[in-house]
Amino acid sequence: MSVAIRAHGLVKHYGETKALDGVDLEVPEGKVVGVLGPNGAGKTTAVRVLATLLRPDAGHATVHGHDVVKNPRAVRSLIGLTGQYASVDEDLSGTENLVLLARLLDHSRAGARARAAELLERFELTDAAGRAAKTYSGGMRRRLDLAASLVGNPSVLYLDEPTTGLDPHARNEVWAVVRRLVADGVTVLLTTQYLEEADQLADTITVFDHGRVVAEGRPDELKRRIGSQTLQVRPTSARDLDAVQRILADLTGNAPMRNDDTGLLTAPVDDPVLLSTLVRKLDDAGITADELALRLPSLDEVFLALTGKRSEADKQTEGSVA
Amino acid sequence: MSTIALDRGARHGLTLAWRGVLKIRKNPEQLADVTIAPIILLVMFTYLFGGALAGNTDAYLQTLVPGVLVMNILQASMTAGVQLNTDVSKGVFDRFRAMPIARSAPLVGAVLADVVRYVVCVAVLLLVATVMGYRVQTGPVELLVACGLAILFGLCFCWAAVFIGMLLKTPQAVQGIMIVLIMPLTFGSNVFVGTETMPGWLRAWADVSPVSLLSDALRGLMNGGAIAGPLAGSLVWMAAAVAVFFPLATWAYRKRV
Ligand SMILES: Nc1ncnc2c1ncn2[C@@H]1O[C@H](COP(=O)(O)OP(=O)(O)OP(=O)(O)O)[C@@H](O)[C@H]1O
Ligand SMILES: [Mg+2]
Repeated sequence: MSVAIRAHGLVKHYGETKALDGVDLEVPEGKVVGVLGPNGAGKTTAVRVLATLLRPDAGHATVHGHDVVKNPRAVRSLIGLTGQYASVDEDLSGTENLVLLARLLDHSRAGARARAAELLERFELTDAAGRAAKTYSGGMRRRLDLAASLVGNPSVLYLDEPTTGLDPHARNEVWAVVRRLVADGVTVLLTTQYLEEADQLADTITVFDHGRVVAEGRPDELKRRIGSQTLQVRPTSARDLDAVQRILADLTGNAPMRNDDTGLLTAPVDDPVLLSTLVRKLDDAGITADELALRLPSLDEVFLALTGKRSEADKQTEGSVA
Repeated sequence: MSTIALDRGARHGLTLAWRGVLKIRKNPEQLADVTIAPIILLVMFTYLFGGALAGNTDAYLQTLVPGVLVMNILQASMTAGVQLNTDVSKGVFDRFRAMPIARSAPLVGAVLADVVRYVVCVAVLLLVATVMGYRVQTGPVELLVACGLAILFGLCFCWAAVFIGMLLKTPQAVQGIMIVLIMPLTFGSNVFVGTETMPGWLRAWADVSPVSLLSDALRGLMNGGAIAGPLAGSLVWMAAAVAVFFPLATWAYRKRV
């Protein structure tokens, strides 16, 4: 199988900040690679380098064999890019935005109109086609942005956090679009902050932190290392935290994560049956809990499991984990 | 091969100019600074100070209109910097840059769209001036040459705006600098009053400033009078503006885009 995107030793520094600190990446043709990472991990920087928008300080990258620095034009004729922030022209209508891009890609006037109409139809924007993009909702804008990156029928598509800020319905729509593109043979590099999204779409997941690749593998491999679910307990009395921590460690074989501020203990588990065992053990010990649940692991827990340390960004948003 | 590339480049530039014109049509209020503002100036100066400055308002209007035209074009040419900066900071240019088009196409498009602004600005001003009683004293050919010169002036000085627009971070900062630059250029000139009563240092500048010289040249073309001297002077200024700012602008643009 041939390789669509290959990056080796990419480095990009902004003063003291190492946005990229030696990144290797390989995306086989027709596959989806999910780049997972917290805020500031270097995801956008990597995408911008691979899309010829940014020169790396060191290292090199190729798209279908064309070097992104030495031969950007060849790369640009192969790629489509949906940036992290919608880059549609807000003053223009959906149709005008797409016609403009089609004309720049040398479609005839009629050809451009037809291409725009086809894409608007496909992204369910036909009803809003004549309206200025600034009147679009966040989800509609994202869809238009996605449509815009497909005007030239790219064989390699970069999607930088395509569903951040979207409601679950809009997110599902974007996922459906990505799946259809992949079915048509398009190679996709997708960045995300959601483990679930990477799990849903990607053939391989690459985890970034501080400009480095900290883990790589198929979603099921990573999940096995992380634990497929997380057991979460909040004892009624903070005095019981130590005891519960011991019970959890005993039960799961992993050291639980403890937050003294919220009084919450979490531990990765593979076997959901452990929940009933935990209930019995707590009962035996005479400990009551306010909260007792099984849920999917958060990005924070993914990082704890993969790197042994917590991500910077998630330390700050701790309060919102619930 | 290279002519094909040139042809495609020109076509992409035109396509992006079409985008600029479309944006002007969608937001006509964007043109306020080159339509409403000069009209207010024209009305205010003519009826408030015209009598005192030139004996009667009609005589004052005759000298004022060519000057306000120049000032207006200069103002219009400065907005190119703000617009380009907005496009870059909003990420709209990222999409163009990731496409297989000439790197210069967005810049060419922006400048071409600006010519449309200049034409609108000249047309509106002449229309209002005519309603107020201004009359061209020469002929249609002279008037056309005058309008052409004004637009050429805008095209030469817009490179300064592109340079500043690509150098500064935000559109607001660009706007701020533009105002600081335009004030001495427009008010330190003979657009509103003759330079005879100005203090020596200001007069020394106002007599040779590009705005004064082109205003005089346009007065000659539209009202009759000396043309050659001021015209030569303004052409020197235009050539100098291009010689200095075109390389700076393209350098800053390449660095940013
Ligand atoms: N133009 C720039 N100037 C200075 N620092 C930058 C610049 N671009 C990125 N950085 C820094 O590089 C690091 C990586 O940024 P990047 O945008 O690639 O992260 P990210 O993974 O996309 O984050 P997010 O999830 O927030 O989008 C950050 O610390 C950021 O502050
Ligand atoms: Mg990002």
